[in-house]
Amino acid sequence: MSVLIFAELDEGKLKKSSQEAIFYGAKVADMLGTSATAIVIGQADDSELASAGRFGATKVLHAADGKLNEPNGMAYSTVVAAAAQQESSKVVVLAKSSLADAMTARLAGKLKAGLAANVIELPDLSAGFRVKSSIYTGKAFAYNDLKADVKILAIKKNTITPEETEATASVETFSPALNESDFVITVKKTEKATGDVLLPEADLVVSAGRGLKGPENWAIVEDLAKALGAATACSKPVSDLDWRPHHEHVGQTGIKVSPNLYIAAGISGAIQHLAGVNSSKVIVVINKDPEAPFFKSADYGIVGDVFDVLPRLTKAVQGL
Amino acid sequence: MKILVCVTSVPDTTTKIAFTDNNTRLNKAGVTFITGPYDDYALARAVELKEKLGASVTVLNVGEADAEPVIRKCLAIGADDAIRVNAEPTDAYFVAEQIAAIAKDAQYDLILMGRESIDYNGGQVHGIVGEMLGIPSISPVMLLDIAGDTAQITREIEGGKEELEAKLPLVLGCQEPIAEWKIPNMRGIMTARTKPLKIVEPTGTDKLTAVGSYELPAPRGSVKMIKAEEAETLIQLLRTEAKVI
Repeated sequence: MSVLIFAELDEGKLKKSSQEAIFYGAKVADMLGTSATAIVIGQADDSELASAGRFGATKVLHAADGKLNEPNGMAYSTVVAAAAQQESSKVVVLAKSSLADAMTARLAGKLKAGLAANVIELPDLSAGFRVKSSIYTGKAFAYNDLKADVKILAIKKNTITPEETEATASVETFSPALNESDFVITVKKTEKATGDVLLPEADLVVSAGRGLKGPENWAIVEDLAKALGAATACSKPVSDLDWRPHHEHVGQTGIKVSPNLYIAAGISGAIQHLAGVNSSKVIVVINKDPEAPFFKSADYGIVGDVFDVLPRLTKAVQGL
Repeated sequence: MKILVCVTSVPDTTTKIAFTDNNTRLNKAGVTFITGPYDDYALARAVELKEKLGASVTVLNVGEADAEPVIRKCLAIGADDAIRVNAEPTDAYFVAEQIAAIAKDAQYDLILMGRESIDYNGGQVHGIVGEMLGIPSISPVMLLDIAGDTAQITREIEGGKEELEAKLPLVLGCQEPIAEWKIPNMRGIMTARTKPLKIVEPTGTDKLTAVGSYELPAPRGSVKMIKAEEAETLIQLLRTEAKVI
C-alpha cells in the first residue's frame, strides 16, 4: 500500500526535483498512514540510493538492468508499473521533467489511473482525494477529484520544500520483466547543453527579450546568469528570430518555469509570456519603457537601459 | 498513409481567464475559441505530409457542439474528413479512450496532436493513447519526416534535443517548429462546408477525475520600483528582503 515515488537520476545522482517528489510522497504517505517507497532506475551507488531516506523514503527499489541505462519513457513506465503492482501502491508521485512526462501518461494507461498533472500542493483527503493543479498555463488553478483506485500525481517544481533528516532508506534490487516493444525507438543523436544550469530545474532564471537588440548582445545576460548561478531564458520573439535556441523560450507555448527568482530584461510582458512565468516566487522586471505591462506583474522593477543596468547588477552580485 | 490529427478547441492565448457558477465553470462570455496552438502545428505538418507523400488526413475532436467552428477550420486548412466525439474533454484517460477506440478500428499510420492542450496543460493524452494501442508515443516532437514505414523525429529534451528513428505506427505530441501554421484560403473554406463531419457518442468508462472547482491566482503585491542609477540596491533587496539569492 506504500506511496510509490519515481526518483529520477542525473549522472548517478538523485535530481533535486526528485528529492522534492520523495518528500512530497512521504508527506502523502503520512496522511494515508503508510510508508513511502522510491523507485530508482539506472546506475547509482548504494549510498546515493540510501540518501532517498533523508527525504522520507523508507525503501528504495533499484532497477539497474543495463538495458535501462539510457532514459526511456516507455521502458521506465513498465518498471514503475511493476513496482506499483509489487508494492500494491495506490498513489504514484513523479516530479515533472521531460522523462517523467513521457512516463506519466504510459503509466496512467497501464494502471488505469486518475491522473493530475502540474500538481502544486499536498492533497486534501478530507473528502475523497482532491489535488490542486495549475491550469491555463498558470493563469488559473483547478481542484481535481481523483476517483480511480490508483492515483498518479505529477508535481511541479517548487511544490514543496524538502526538510532533510539523517535517515537512510533500505535498498532492494528490483528486476521486473522488460518488454521488447518498449525498446523500438532508436536514439541517433543527442544534443544537450553541458555545464549550464538547465532551465526547467533552475532556482534562478535570467531572461531577456527583443530589448537586447540582437544575439551578439547576450553576453551581458549570460554574465549576470553566471554570477548568480542562474539559467538563461528568452521570450518567444527572440526564439522565433533564432537569436536563442527554442529550449530557452519561456511562455505559453514554450517552457513553463517556476523558479525562486525570475529576472526579465527587455521583455514587455505579453500575456502569453506571463503565463509561462507567473508561478515564479519573485519577479524582477528591467525595461526602458515605464509603461511595459510586465511591471504590473513584477515584485521589483527598474525603469532603465538594460545595457547599463545588467552589467551593474552583475558587478553588485560579484561584490565588485 | 492514414493520418489522424486530434485537435482541441481552447480559449485564445490572450484570454483573461474567469470563472462562473461559484467557480465551477469557465466563463465563456466574450471568449474566442481557437484550435489548440500545438494542435495547429500537428495539423499543418499532417497537411504537408499529405501534399508530399499522399495521405488521408482525418481530424478528431473530443468535444461538444461548440467545437465545430474549430473542426471546420481544420477541414478548410486541408483535412479530408472529421469526427467529433460528443463529450466534454475533461479527463485525460477518458479522452485517450475515445481516440484509441476510433484508432483501433481505422488503423492509422500516424496519430498526431499537440504536445498539450493549452487549457489543462496535462500533456498526457498522446502517451495514454500510445499505451492503449500498444504503440510508441513521442513528445514533444519538433521535426518529423517520413520515408516508407520509418519516421525521423527530433524531440526536445531539457536543455537540448535528440534525433530519433522509429517505425510507424506512432503517436506524436507536436510543437514548433514542426511546420508553419496554415491559414485557410477561400477555396478551402468553401470545400470545408461539404466535407464529412461524423458525430459519434463516447464509449468506455466513466471519467477517472473531475474538477470540483477553479480558482484564480492571488494578485501579486504592488511592484517596488528601484531607480536605474541605484540598480545595485536590487541585489541587496533580493538578498535581505526577498531572500532568494
